[in-house]
Amino acid sequence: MDHTHSPAAPNFIEVRDLILTLPSPAGPVNILRGVDLDVASGEAVGIVGPSGSGKTSLLMVLAGLERASSGSVQIDGREITGLGEDDLARLRREGVGIVFQAFHLIPTMNALENVAVPMELAGRRDANAKASAALESVGLGHRLTHLPGQLSGGEQQRVALARAFASNPRLLLADEPTGNLDQATGELVMDLLFDLRARSGATLLLITHDPVLADRCSRRVHIADGRVLSGQPVAA
Amino acid sequence: MNLVLQLAWRELRGFFGRALFNRDRGSARGLGIVLACLALGVAVIAGVGTLREATDAGIAQDGRRILGGDLEVDGGSQDLPDSLRQWLNARGAVTSEIVRMRSMLVQPDSGDRLLVELKAVDHAWPLVGAAVLVPAAKVSDALANHGLVAERVVLDRLNLKPGDIVRLGNASFTVRGELQVEPDRIATPSILGPRVLIGVESLADTGLIAPGSMTQHALRVLGPPGADAGDFAAALRIGFADQGWRIRDPSNAAPGVGRFIDQTGQFMTLVGLTALLVGGIGVANGVRAWLEARAASIAILRCLGASARTVFAVYLVQVLVLSVLGIGIGLVAGAVLPIVAGPLLRDVLPVPPVAGIYPASLALAALFGLLTAVAFSLVPLGRAMRIPGASLFRDPQTPSEVAAPRGILIATGVLAGALAVLTVLSSPDRMLSAYFCGGALATLALFRVGGWAVIAAARRMPRVDVPWLRLGIANLHRPGAPTRLMLVSVGLGLSTLTAVALIQGNIRQEILDQIPASAPSFFFVDIQQDQLPKFEALLAAQPGVSASQKVPNLRARMVAVNGVPVEQMQVSPETQWALRGDRGLTYAATLPEGTRLSAGKWWPADYAGKPLVSFDAGLAKGWGVGLGDVIRVNVLGRDFDLTVASLRDIAWRSLSINYAMVASPGFLEGAPHTFIATVRVPQAEQAALLRSVTDALPNVTGIRVEDVLQAVAALMDRIATALTATGSLTLLSGALVLVGAVAAGQSRRMRDAVILKTLGASRSQIRGAWLVEFGIIGLAAGLIAALVGAGASYGVVHYVMNTTWVFLPGTLGLTLFLCVGAMLVVGYAGTEAALRAKPASWLRNE
Repeated sequence: MDHTHSPAAPNFIEVRDLILTLPSPAGPVNILRGVDLDVASGEAVGIVGPSGSGKTSLLMVLAGLERASSGSVQIDGREITGLGEDDLARLRREGVGIVFQAFHLIPTMNALENVAVPMELAGRRDANAKASAALESVGLGHRLTHLPGQLSGGEQQRVALARAFASNPRLLLADEPTGNLDQATGELVMDLLFDLRARSGATLLLITHDPVLADRCSRRVHIADGRVLSGQPVAA
Repeated sequence: MNLVLQLAWRELRGFFGRALFNRDRGSARGLGIVLACLALGVAVIAGVGTLREATDAGIAQDGRRILGGDLEVDGGSQDLPDSLRQWLNARGAVTSEIVRMRSMLVQPDSGDRLLVELKAVDHAWPLVGAAVLVPAAKVSDALANHGLVAERVVLDRLNLKPGDIVRLGNASFTVRGELQVEPDRIATPSILGPRVLIGVESLADTGLIAPGSMTQHALRVLGPPGADAGDFAAALRIGFADQGWRIRDPSNAAPGVGRFIDQTGQFMTLVGLTALLVGGIGVANGVRAWLEARAASIAILRCLGASARTVFAVYLVQVLVLSVLGIGIGLVAGAVLPIVAGPLLRDVLPVPPVAGIYPASLALAALFGLLTAVAFSLVPLGRAMRIPGASLFRDPQTPSEVAAPRGILIATGVLAGALAVLTVLSSPDRMLSAYFCGGALATLALFRVGGWAVIAAARRMPRVDVPWLRLGIANLHRPGAPTRLMLVSVGLGLSTLTAVALIQGNIRQEILDQIPASAPSFFFVDIQQDQLPKFEALLAAQPGVSASQKVPNLRARMVAVNGVPVEQMQVSPETQWALRGDRGLTYAATLPEGTRLSAGKWWPADYAGKPLVSFDAGLAKGWGVGLGDVIRVNVLGRDFDLTVASLRDIAWRSLSINYAMVASPGFLEGAPHTFIATVRVPQAEQAALLRSVTDALPNVTGIRVEDVLQAVAALMDRIATALTATGSLTLLSGALVLVGAVAAGQSRRMRDAVILKTLGASRSQIRGAWLVEFGIIGLAAGLIAALVGAGASYGVVHYVMNTTWVFLPGTLGLTLFLCVGAMLVVGYAGTEAALRAKPASWLRNE
């Protein structure tokens, strides 16, 4: 279990009355129906809930990849709901790392290039060196020039982890990072994720179906039908 | 077999369903491009072939009207004898006399004058068809008593109306109206000036006809009822053997027009084949995209027991069905377009095309289409048959990652060879077509090497610090990057257009822009011997005349070379022109200034031996004539045997007086002849000189060099326009392939855009990267297209047109600009579509 959260720390994420309604052929669908959520800086929060409850949508809004229909979302004291697309992109490349269930590596770039890309976009001249070190830290120092298609699922997710952590983001969003992996590989990846987070002190929001994984966070938030049902600290 | 057809149909049914109901267009797009590329290429070839056949049919159908009778006896500069008329009339034939020449038409009040193509006709004209005059009148009535009718442009330029008096030579004529329709115009085209028609009986009064003047006499004949024109012509040739007349029947009514259509059609067909070649690349790409989308299905089929051959057969059937459909659409378009466009092309084509279906042209286009479709789809099909069932359990294999079997590669080579053979065999100029095939192969190889070079250069490029620039360069060499395909698809069409533009530019440059400083301003023709002193005096009195040259001018007809009649001579195509009609002949005692002998010696100034001739070295090469050979010519009805004493390199572009044949003195001086003079005079003095010479010497005709060059340039422009139009279709075909290539990669671009945005890339960074990628491909394609276009235009200008090729940096610069511009537009459009993709929904669906 991750115990880096201290109750006295200021909120890094503040979500108030967040509503997300998406159009569909059958009419508008209410995905998030007034979510309130506070996450302190450095806290690790496991978000659990059944499929279709709105977990991934919440993560998308927090990453600036989906626009809220109404409500307020503040990251590190900055309201993001009114930001333009390029400002949101800057926010992500400067302070947010994301890990997906489907890895989402660029298949025509090798491991090193995939990890270096966000730092290159930020104009960092040491992108390659940082990327190489990040891949080394996830045990893939020998796979730098391999394309995603030449890597196993676990290795691809480790590349994705390296990409998310390489630029030392203050917020890490992970959406079912072990969903596409077998149990042993999943455990390895999660060990890496928590280890990296512990070292960086980043705030973590982890979406998962797995209660064991959620229990490794300092707090578990339960979402159902687009609402936060409960948020209790995980027992030690 | 039944199973193969069933399997093939199940997937095709899905394709048609998607195409019809607009669902899941992405996977059907590949085959859609196959359809469109084949349809376009086949339509161009079928359309050009149909138009060519339809125009030929127009000439054949209207042969009698175009010729102006059942037969035409062309006597050249010699008047045809009464014995001929008597022979014809005795056999029940009706005859009509035509005399053509160039002259100055003068408006006496204003003094304005115009070079016109004069045609003097008798009362029987036209024997076939009808002339239309405005105001309406019978031709014989309008031309009676020194009447004259002329084309609208003559009336407009000289500000004439019916009743006005004009002067031709020494005689005055009354303008009776406008000549609106001249039925035999095609056979007797007016090239250097507009047409003026007068009665042949009033021609003598003009004083324009003098011994040696540049006239053309012809007798049109309407054979006796029921007589066959061919038989009648044969009897005529026997009855008047050794006269050297040209006797033509309706099957050969307008040989010049026929040659023009053949040559223009040949070039247009080659350009059409380029469009099909570009389409072939689209076929290969479309089939590959279609099969890549089906890699999993193929692997499943293999797991379920389908053999490699079955897989190959299933997809070959699909390609064939789609090809036949595309070819069918192309054939319909190719057959219908000339019918629809015929009326619009009335002013461009020499004769109205006869609307109809021309099966030979359509069959040839279909064969080209089918060979192209199969040749270009075999390799992707061969790769598909190599996909193993086990690939389902490993990383998915796509067809482009698998090598095609050797047999398939050999079959592709055989089909490509068959395409080349068909191209050569179906062409009137097989050598040109063979060069085209070689050029096409070299061009494809060049683009392939170019693609490889771009990728290699991008890979080796030192690291740049600007992220979007680095991303764009990296995009060029990533695995599966469509760099090569985009390069060739935009480059091939552009190469064709560049070649056409450079040929057109060279022609214009040659004709208009590169007139040598020493070129004369005027040619004065038909100066009688006794008029020379007066002509000299007029020049001396005219300020600004800086140079003039006068040479004797006789008209001679080639009869035989070394005893072989010209009709039986085998000469090179580019020298055939010199065997037709009358040629100029002059004589000189001393070597004319600026002459360069390439072989033999000039005769002594006091030479008085057997007739010798100094002959054009270019013609001598084409005819196989050397020193000591004997050329028999007919001058004013008398044959002379001229022994070739020397060969001369003639600089035709100098525009000074050049004769293919210069005879030794002594035997021609006594023959009636005229003089030709060239005069150089500043622009401002030209009108005054023309006026003073043609007023004082009314039978003399002044031809302004610049006007002639403009007329020739206008004719060339028409050909170039036809080629540009066809070339544009090649570019359209290339655009289709390019759009197909971009579309095929669009899902990849969309995925990359979403991931990059998720990782923090701004829109401008993503857009910048793609524009760099497209811009570099455009630049490379433009450079190669400029190289290919320059090479092809050099070949045509130097070897086909036998003139000097000039480098035109402006045209090449424009090529590059257009290429980069087009690629950036396509790139921008693709980028915008990809940037519109919403990351959240895409990430969710993945």
